[in-house]
Amino acid sequence: MTEPVLKVDNLESYYGPIMAIRGVSLEVRQGQIVTVLGANGAGKTTLLKTVSGVMTPAKGTILLNGEPIHGAEADAVVRKGMVHVPEGREIFPLLSVGENVALGAYVRTDKAQIARDLEMVYSYFPILAERQNQRAGTLSGGQQQMLAIGRGLMAAPKVMLLDEPSLGLSPLLVEEIFTIIRRLNKEQQVTMMLVEQNAKVALDVADYGYVMEIGRIVMADTAPALESSKDVQSFYLGVQEETQRGQRRWKQRKTWR
Amino acid sequence: MDLLQLFISGLANGCVYGLIALGFVLIYKATEAVNFAQGDFMMFGAFITIWLTNTDYLGINFWIAVPVAMLIMGAFGYLLDVAILRKMFGQSQIAVVILTIALGFILRFAAGAIWAHEPQSLESPFAGREVRLGELVLGLEEVAVVFVTILLTFALYLFFNRSKLGIAMQAASQNQLAAYYMGIPVKRIQSLVWALGGVVAAVAGILFASKGAIDPSTGLLGIKAFAAAVIGGFGSLPGALIGGLIIGLVEPFAAYGLPAGYSQIAPYAIMLLVLIFRPAGLFSTTQKKKV
Ligand SMILES: Nc1ncnc2c1ncn2[C@@H]1O[C@H](COP(=O)(O)OP(=O)(O)OP(=O)(O)O)[C@@H](O)[C@H]1O
Ligand SMILES: [Mg+2]
Repeated sequence: MTEPVLKVDNLESYYGPIMAIRGVSLEVRQGQIVTVLGANGAGKTTLLKTVSGVMTPAKGTILLNGEPIHGAEADAVVRKGMVHVPEGREIFPLLSVGENVALGAYVRTDKAQIARDLEMVYSYFPILAERQNQRAGTLSGGQQQMLAIGRGLMAAPKVMLLDEPSLGLSPLLVEEIFTIIRRLNKEQQVTMMLVEQNAKVALDVADYGYVMEIGRIVMADTAPALESSKDVQSFYLGVQEETQRGQRRWKQRKTWR
Repeated sequence: MDLLQLFISGLANGCVYGLIALGFVLIYKATEAVNFAQGDFMMFGAFITIWLTNTDYLGINFWIAVPVAMLIMGAFGYLLDVAILRKMFGQSQIAVVILTIALGFILRFAAGAIWAHEPQSLESPFAGREVRLGELVLGLEEVAVVFVTILLTFALYLFFNRSKLGIAMQAASQNQLAAYYMGIPVKRIQSLVWALGGVVAAVAGILFASKGAIDPSTGLLGIKAFAAAVIGGFGSLPGALIGGLIIGLVEPFAAYGLPAGYSQIAPYAIMLLVLIFRPAGLFSTTQKKKV
């Protein structure tokens, strides 16, 4: 098997005295979409922040294409080909849509390729091309999510970290955004690490998945295997099982504890 | 005195206030720190230029002295951020405020120790010359002040809206975290903003000292410029300039029409009125800060 593009080993991260990531190890292979599922506060965002260099890990290693990047500054990580599309969009509200998109390429200098990528981004998100001169803060939530992804693409990433792209969007928009995510993965060969609470859509696009709970990885399997797992079904997919007596089981035990 | 001349001298003063206010706002927007030494930066920049170019001192050509002084003040701002302010990251805003106030004292003391406390003026090519527009006779230095301010404003406008670095500065001030995510080196950008604050202060100082005398305590007029920044909305660059012009224009007219003593209150009275009736300032860009 090929070496993973991203390899995280025994990572630990703290907010002051609070240990938010408690020894996480995972791998993302070339061309894959790997999803990390977990409830609120599980530490998914913290994991991505640590991987992208916005937070410094207390322990552990992160290898990007075999090169250690733990402890590197965020801009160095972007230069090495990994970009983080943050939770809650985090656009630059007073700049125009076009300026936001262009800032995605801040670390790059290859003008001709940047121009081609700009066209590529606008072809995936025609609404952004249409609204180029509008202030980004005036876009709708879904459009802002598209902007955040488009801006991230402008860094020409080999690996894209996506934090809850479905957050606050209508089912129809979630569908639309995930279709684009799948296309970007297939057509532009962008490897992705996708954090989601919406386990259904995430497992549908993903090849492999991890389940996180209070800072730890508690399950890891291929996406179809996770989708059919009883635990994931009941805790993340909202599938309710009927017992023999025809009552809903109201007390469940997770098999991983 | 002729009303028109009052107007022109008020306008020239207002330009200087406006440029100092611009420095306040630049640094505040990018780093959320208020540099209470901005007025003293202005004074220090003026003295460096005087020291470089006046015949009593080094006597270097004015047109060389000016960019050198701008460069020195820019380097000063940059190093101040790298060496001290960056290390205070995570401390309360009050700590930074107190630090900049202390820095103001140090600059005033240093200027007094090096260049003495007597008022001095800059030997500029504009000093003492006149421009005639028909009936009207204007001091060339006042015209130059207005002209340079317009030019600098235009240059800054182009820089912030057209250059990659300028847009990245705006981005970092609007959403610091997102700037990190995009690989914008936020810390270096903040240092560069401090450098820009130093350069703008040097220009303000050069303008001030070429139209009148300056002494080490002149930097205290930074407080008036602070009022100007508040009037303009403290987040808006054009607002800061216009706030400065308002104060500069109100002062001479208040002195002309009001009993002595009241005129000095005028800038702060306007600031209070603005705070009461338009708490966000006259030119605030309304944007709710995300929690
Ligand atoms: N800035 C912070 N300071 C202190 N604690 C924090 C901070 N940010 C997050 N935490 C804590 O770290 C833990 C993990 O948070 P994180 O944001 O990574 O969760 P998450 O899995 O992304 O949750 P969600 O699905 O709600 O986004 C939580 O217990 C949270 O309270
Ligand atoms: Mg999160």
